[in-house]
Amino acid sequence: MDLNTKFTPQNWPEHAEQATMEGKNKFVGFWIFLACEVVLFASLFATYLALKDSGPASMDLTKYSAKALYELPLAFAMTMLLLTSSLTSVYAMYHMKNFNFKGVQTWMGITVILGIGFLCLEIYEFYHYVHIGFGYTHSAYSSAFFTLVGTHGLHVIIGLVWISSLIFRNMKRGLNLYNAPKYFIASLYWHFIDVVWVFIFTVVYLMGVLG
Amino acid sequence: MSSVAQKKGFGAQVWDYLTTVDHKKIAILYLAAGTLFFAIAGLEALFMRFQLLFPENTFVSAGMFNQLLTMHGTTMLFLAATPLLFAFMNAIVPLQIGARDVAFPFLNALGFWLFFLGAVFLHLSFFLGGAPDAGWTSYASLSLYSPGHGIDFYVLGLQISGAGTLISGINFIVTIITMRAPGMTFMRMPLFTWTSLVSSTLILFAFPPLTVGLFLMLVDRMFGANFFEHTMGGNTIIWEHLFWIFGHPEVYILVLPAFGLFSEIIPVFARKRLFGYSSMVFATILIGFLGFMVWAHHMFTTGLGATANAIFAVATMTIAVPTGMKVFNWILTIWGGSIKVTVPMLYALGFIPSFVAGGVTGVMQAAAPLDYQLHDSYFIVAHFHYVIVGGIVTALFGAAHFYWPIMFNRALNEKLGVLTFWIFFIGFHLTFFLQHFLGLMGMPRRVFTYMPDQGWDLFNMISTIGAAMMGVGVILLVLNVLLSIKSEPLNRRDYWGDGRSLEWALETPLPFYNFKQTPLVRGYDPYWIEKQEGNKEGMVYAEPLGDIHMPNNSILPLIMSIGTFIAAFGALYSPWGKQALAGTAESVSPALSVGLIVVGLGITVGSMITRSLKDDLGYHVHVAEVEAIEKDLAQFRAAGKKGGNN
Repeated sequence: MDLNTKFTPQNWPEHAEQATMEGKNKFVGFWIFLACEVVLFASLFATYLALKDSGPASMDLTKYSAKALYELPLAFAMTMLLLTSSLTSVYAMYHMKNFNFKGVQTWMGITVILGIGFLCLEIYEFYHYVHIGFGYTHSAYSSAFFTLVGTHGLHVIIGLVWISSLIFRNMKRGLNLYNAPKYFIASLYWHFIDVVWVFIFTVVYLMGVLG
Repeated sequence: MSSVAQKKGFGAQVWDYLTTVDHKKIAILYLAAGTLFFAIAGLEALFMRFQLLFPENTFVSAGMFNQLLTMHGTTMLFLAATPLLFAFMNAIVPLQIGARDVAFPFLNALGFWLFFLGAVFLHLSFFLGGAPDAGWTSYASLSLYSPGHGIDFYVLGLQISGAGTLISGINFIVTIITMRAPGMTFMRMPLFTWTSLVSSTLILFAFPPLTVGLFLMLVDRMFGANFFEHTMGGNTIIWEHLFWIFGHPEVYILVLPAFGLFSEIIPVFARKRLFGYSSMVFATILIGFLGFMVWAHHMFTTGLGATANAIFAVATMTIAVPTGMKVFNWILTIWGGSIKVTVPMLYALGFIPSFVAGGVTGVMQAAAPLDYQLHDSYFIVAHFHYVIVGGIVTALFGAAHFYWPIMFNRALNEKLGVLTFWIFFIGFHLTFFLQHFLGLMGMPRRVFTYMPDQGWDLFNMISTIGAAMMGVGVILLVLNVLLSIKSEPLNRRDYWGDGRSLEWALETPLPFYNFKQTPLVRGYDPYWIEKQEGNKEGMVYAEPLGDIHMPNNSILPLIMSIGTFIAAFGALYSPWGKQALAGTAESVSPALSVGLIVVGLGITVGSMITRSLKDDLGYHVHVAEVEAIEKDLAQFRAAGKKGGNN
């Protein structure tokens, strides 16, 4: 399909993200990239589990263990923000299918706002831990915790910059077959970040406090 | 657009290679860079062998020996074998599947430049205060406290170059999945394409653990994290797991494409269809899968316990089954064939027994109790060199002779090739065969010297003589390459006369868009089928002659890689590093260190943003232009002398 076609909701293809060769390549390539991200996070999870609650012999476990540190209400609030932002990016993709560009931009914008909310809570949480003496160099456990959760946080930041620049860049251009795959894979990435967070919530916070 | 007849200035040609996104030119870049690092790593090996020529030799110091040993292993695996295989994948895979280009030409260039600058960064360590010295596996218990910046160079250089490898791996997977010509079903794909696909998948799953391991080492050494610091609750075994989860599949990442190359070479010169094609595909996938399940066989002696050792021992031995299938399929392809013993075929014939020897010693070590005896002895050195030199290096040399006509429109000299083969092959066995016995006699690996009269003197001397012969072999090969530049262009298709897959159906020199029309694949060994049916054109087309869409050249991949290169220096000389704080390595002011990191990453991110905000839709070569280029090419081919062996 030609990139320069003038599209209307009637002739807009059903799978716009895969209508061109480049789009299809991006789509397949990104799924494959996500497979490699899964392995990256799996390695960090394994490292975290191996080093959980382990520190110097003098480490005070009543103060600096998983049980003592994590606050489930905060983690729950973060989870809710991120899960909702995944839903809003689904809405954006729904509007993309119907060639409603304004809908895409609006819902992607809401996704970014929810993502920023999540990030603020995470920064607060990190600040709090450092403040009570659980810094990055405190113990093997602290290094593993900040690296795992921080890598996820870094992915959130990258996702936010990515989606915001897509919104900004395409403001005047509208929806076409060149940027439809870009929106699509950005939303795919955002879902992935969400899935990783579900695992962090379970393995780090729930298992930390309850297990 | 460009045509072959056009003469270009030297500057324009250099610029062309710096900005190219053409897979054929990137293949040449990989070939040149890989050969450079192959030569460097070979010299390092020779220095080590000369040190071991006599007992109590003082040719190099113990510290220098550690650096040579580490850099030899690291360079050979990451910076020589991998890029050289990528060179052939880039050159041949798109042609074999009937594609005009790879899926992401821009990323292809980025992958190369990241690999290259990471490799250059790693080698700068020799001039900037000492190379890494903790072995290529860089076990955390050694590397965490290694003074100087050697390990920092290792961590940062491999991180950059590993990112490049990962990008290229993803690129090949997508290319093979989405860019195949009509009729090129999965079960008609040539074996080299198949092995490239499986090997790229292994890259995809094996490199992230390495990335994580290197990152943990980086923060431990530079920012005071405690992953491996046992006094703070850390555990160095984590590094060993992460490293070998990468490191074991890495062997298969390298050897599978080598298998693929031999599976292309053998049927051509046996003039028979590859025996057991579908079992070859099955074996490839199975080896890829099992390659991931066995990493802990490198860690039998770390105290994992008898159960874990038993499981990993048995899992390791099962790899012999699909590998054996492959060996028998090669032998049965040759069996009853009408064999032509050319240089590539010589390498294939030499490969089969050499690689089997390496595989058999592998099964020996898979038995955990025996591994306790063989661990860290020269037996291990002999084993993996039989696999890597006997398997991968012979494949690379054979493939160079085999594919040279397609890549450069020139042929390598047969007579010189035969001489090279025999010198290299005999040198290889002289070097490594006796090392099995040195290991059994108790000579440990990684020692820089030994005492006389332990029965090791003679074998070490013979081993060194063999290594020197291998060096002569490589010099002869390079000489052959230099001679080929002066030789007549071939200007023909199917140089060996018995080509079977699509790449041989194209006439050289290739136009930059490969196929003027996408070919229609009518079965396995498509070009062979067309030849049998007397098709003079070489292939049937799936589409009428039309406009061809091509990507634009770009300098951004190089600029992005330079950005990471600059940032790596900032991280290296950071004043917060363990060694900087201990005063065992130089550092710069915090402002300069952070400044370099910010500027470097700024350049990288800035070029990424430029790339994202600017529409780059490529360009079209119109039908009239295609016809003009084809006419130019036809004239050029007719003007040249027809070469070849038939």
